[in-house]
Parts: sequence; C-alpha cells; structure tokens
Amino acid sequence: MSRPLLELTNVSTHFHSPAGRVRAVDGVSVSLEAGQTLGLVGESGSGKSVLARTIMGLLPSYAEIPKGGAITFDGQNLLTMDRKARRAISGPGIGMIFQDPMTSLNPVMKIGQQVYEGMRHHFGTSKATGRQRAIELLTEVGIPQPDVRVDQYPHQLSGGMRQRVAIAIALACEPKLLIADEPTTALDVTVQSGILDLLQREQRDRGMTLILITHDLGVVAGRCDKVAVMYAGGIVETGSTRSLFARTRMRYTQALLDSIPRLDRPPHERLKSIGGRPPNLITPPPGCRFAPRCAFADAQCEAAMPPMQADEADPAHSFACWHPRDPEQVTEEVA
Amino acid sequence: MRYLLKRVRRLVVVIFAVTLFTFLLVNVLPGDVAYDIAGQDASEEEVQAIRADLGLDRPVMVRYAEWLGDFVQGDWGRSFRTDEPVVDAILSRFPVSLELMLVAQVFALILAVPFGILAAYRAGRTVDRTIATAGFMSLSVPSFMAAILLILVVSLNLGWLPTSEYEPLSAGLWANLRAFILPALAIAMAEWVVLMRVLRADMIGVLQQDYISLARAKGLPVCHVILRHALKPASFSMITVLGLQIGNLVGGSIIIESIFALPGVGRLLINAIYARDFIVVQGVVVFIAFAYVLVNFIVDLLYAVLDPRIRTERADG
Repeated sequence: MSRPLLELTNVSTHFHSPAGRVRAVDGVSVSLEAGQTLGLVGESGSGKSVLARTIMGLLPSYAEIPKGGAITFDGQNLLTMDRKARRAISGPGIGMIFQDPMTSLNPVMKIGQQVYEGMRHHFGTSKATGRQRAIELLTEVGIPQPDVRVDQYPHQLSGGMRQRVAIAIALACEPKLLIADEPTTALDVTVQSGILDLLQREQRDRGMTLILITHDLGVVAGRCDKVAVMYAGGIVETGSTRSLFARTRMRYTQALLDSIPRLDRPPHERLKSIGGRPPNLITPPPGCRFAPRCAFADAQCEAAMPPMQADEADPAHSFACWHPRDPEQVTEEVA
Repeated sequence: MRYLLKRVRRLVVVIFAVTLFTFLLVNVLPGDVAYDIAGQDASEEEVQAIRADLGLDRPVMVRYAEWLGDFVQGDWGRSFRTDEPVVDAILSRFPVSLELMLVAQVFALILAVPFGILAAYRAGRTVDRTIATAGFMSLSVPSFMAAILLILVVSLNLGWLPTSEYEPLSAGLWANLRAFILPALAIAMAEWVVLMRVLRADMIGVLQQDYISLARAKGLPVCHVILRHALKPASFSMITVLGLQIGNLVGGSIIIESIFALPGVGRLLINAIYARDFIVVQGVVVFIAFAYVLVNFIVDLLYAVLDPRIRTERADG
C-alpha cells in the first residue's frame, strides 16, 4: 500500500513533576495509512490523550519530547518544524475533537464563529461565506435549526449537540487526519452511538484518516481498521481489528476483553476486572509493565521488557509479551 | 425589571444607613461651625444666636430627621459657610473627580492588561516574577508618596509637566488633561497592580481550559488565541475589581486632589469636614454612596454583556 499518512517512530513524552520525570508516553511507534481508522485503546492514565496532544502539539510547558523520536505527517516531521509551519498543519492537516464538549467550546463565543474562525485564519474566508459554511457544516453534523444555532452560545445546547458542534469545528478546515479523543466518554449513553456513527460517516465520505481514542474495546470493534492497545505509556499490542480480536496475544488485551460485560453471561455474575493499578510512571518496573497485574507473569517478565514481535499468522499484528496467549486455544482459565 | 427594583431597594437602605452614620459622626467631632462663623471676638451670646439660627441647638436626631425630610424632597440644603446650595457645590466639582478617575483607570488598565496577560502566559518564569516584583514595589508606595515623587522627578527635575495648574476643559483639551497626568499616575500606580494580579490569576485558569486547547488545535496564532478566546472569559474578576476602584474614585480622592490642588469632590469633602460644615459633608457622603452603588450596578450589567450565560439566566429568572 501507499506511504503512511502518519507515522510515529519511537515517540516519547515526559512530564517534569516535583516527584521526578513522568514517562507518560514511552517509545511509541505506530503508523497509519490515509483513509484508515485507528482505534487507540487503553485504560485511564495509559497515555492515550497525552499521545494525541503530542501529535497535535498541545503539550503544556512542563512537558518534554526526548530527542530520537519522530512524528511524520504527510512526509514532514512535526517535531522538528518551526512553530508557524506547525500551526499551518493544525486545522487543514490535523483536526482534533476533545473528550468533554461541556468544556471544549468557548462559553463566550457564538457557535458559528467558533466553527468558521479556523477557515478565516487558514483560507481567508470572508465572514459571510464563513457563516454560510458554518450553517452547512452544522446541518451536516445533524444539528436541527442550524440557521438559529449558528448565532447561539454553547450553553444553549445539550452535551450531544455540543459534541456535534465540536465535530463541525474540526471538519471546518477539511483535515486529512482527525483525532477524536474519547469523543463519547462524557456523553449520555443514548447519544454515544449517534456521535460515533457520525464520525464514521464523515470519515468514509471525506476519505479522512481517523484516530479514535477510547477505553472501550467494544467501540473499536465495528468501527476501526486497526487497533493499538496502550498500557503505561507504551503500545503493547497492535494489528488489524480482525486479527487483534480473533488472535489476541497480549495478556493485557485479553484482560481488557474479558472485562467487557456480555449479554450471554448469566445475570449478577461478577464482572472480571483487572486487579491492581497501572505502574508508577516515574519509576516504572524494569520488566514488562503489566507483569505486576498479570496472572501469567514469571521471573523473566519482571526482569526484562518484552520486545514487540510479530504474530506468526499475521506479520502486521505485533505484541509485546513473553508468554503470549495461544490464539488456537479457545479458553484459558486463570488460576 | 424585578432585578432593578431589588437594586433600588438596596440603594435606599444603603443611603439611609450611610447618612445616619455620618450625621452622628460629624456631630461628635470637636469644634463648632458657629464659632467659626462668628469669629474670634464674638461673645458667647452671639455664638448661641448663630447656633439657634442654624438650628444647631436642637437634638441631633431631630436635625437628622429634618435633613432627611428635606433630602427626600430634593432639597440637599445649603452650606453654612458659603450659602452655596450643596447640589451645586458637588456638581461643579464632580467633573474634576470624574476626569481624574477616568484618566487614572485608563493608565491602570494600560499597565494591567498587557502585563497581566504576559505574566499569565509565562507564569512562574522570569518575566512573571519580574512583573510581580515590580508590581508589588509599585503597590507598596503610598499614593501621597508616589505623588510627591512624581512631582519631584517629572515636574521639578525634568520640567515636563506642571505641578498644580488646573485648567478647565474650556482652556483646551491638552491644557486640561496635562494637569491630570501626574495625579492619575499616582493613583494608577497602586490600582494597576491589583487589576494585573486578578487578571493574571484568572488568565492562568482560562489558559488551561479545553477550549483554549481547541482554539490552538485550529492552528490559530497565540496572540489570537489569547486576545479573542481567553481575554474575555478571564476578565470577569478584573471587571469586578475595576468597578470597586471606580466606585472608590468617583467620589474624589481626598489625598491626591489635595496634593495636586485639583478642585474635585474629595477636596470639597475634606474642606467641609475641617469647617464642620456638616450639611455639605452630608451631601457629599450621599453622593459618594450613590455613585458607588450606581457604578457597581453598571458593572453587573457589564457581566451580562461579556458572559452570555448570565444573560440567559436573567432572562429566565
């Protein structure tokens, strides 16, 4: 296939804190071809959002991106560009949707202006045309009475509607890549699938590349071409969605899958949860980061970090585990 | 509308309380206006005659009730000493105090907004710390000290501006404005620091908001993000403080008006107090209380202009 639109090579993001250096993202490599959808999955604190902000260039001043990594977007390294060139990519190149639409829209600015100001800045669109385009975009993302809404303020809209506005804002500059950081986490369950369907439809219609960040493997299953599972700042398993679900290798991915509630289980059965907590990212364990919580861990797991290795059946599917799950075996009971 | 009524009711209570309190306070001041008017050589009988003439021989509460009765009918009384109607005395001095306040607040904002933004944007860095240090130095100089230093350096050493030559506006804008520059600066030297600190604190909070990240994710330049997205939501507390400062200054600044010989409301008040001319004191106090409440009311309205969320609340409630 063609050259990837986005390629991350050994990307790390560290935060300086009074307690020491927090390795929020540690040596992530992943690539994504144009038009694909990548599901970035992990529990809270695994570094998903920090990775998104690293790609977007929205890190706070106490963050540091150690040298040696590269984020190549459309053939250019985002990490070595000057600020002005980098800003020119935000918007028309990469757009972003944030987790909580109650806080991601400016409360004192009209919705229309928030939608079209990116266009005005990047393409010099006039106010009148911008407003017209904003109405079209609001219609497209499914907002009723867009000609009224365009002159309203965010507090006059519900959470789901606001997230649709946030999507319209991101789409306004026709980005090649859209990063959606947990776009449905803060929303009512009833509107979640509507937002996800909208994202999927826009992605398909526009031939856009999409990174969908979520902690819910269920969201990823039907909607992504590719999945990357993050744990404690690193990617532990990645592959095509089909392969990753059918031939899950990494123990952490399996644990995540097991913790999804299922309708075919008897009612009132205890949900399987992953015991323990993710490791401290200031002094991470030397070996596999999941070892302290893993039922299959042994001395080797605690001594050395497992390298990424390819699955025998599918070379695009890779995982980091010393004792991978045997995909041919149907069930494995944990002692 | 109900909101407006509530404010008016509150204003009435404030004015009643303030006038009663000043009436009693002025009454316990030692000295007597009758002695002043009668002169040094007057006999005790003459003084008593003047007291009776002014009504000063009656109990204080009776006099207050009488004053209040006249006041609600629009009669603010006349000065004991000059016989000038109190309303005229205040209104003729008010433009001077108003202009002093405006020029001072303009200076304060010119300093506070850019430095507040800069300090917030570089919070914790050298620039922020330098601004904070300079600010606290500026704040800790008392205004009379600042006034004297300004006169010494700018007027006497450099000879750039006059020390005390108040000219009415009819003498030309520059001639008029010139007299206000130093007194306004002396006031602004303390005011800007408070405004700057409040703006900085709010701005730091706003800059961490998601909507600022979103604005940056649109690829907008930093100055656009700060001025168009962050400044408005970050300025609410600053506007509250600005309102309080304006309320304080609109009734004149006694110290600064005295030092720079500006014929404002502040000087009217202090001279009236010296002369025990309590009808004038009364009038000025009412005027200041009224101005204070009015300014804060305007500030409240301003919130609604700045924050659409308040607009809806008021419309609903």
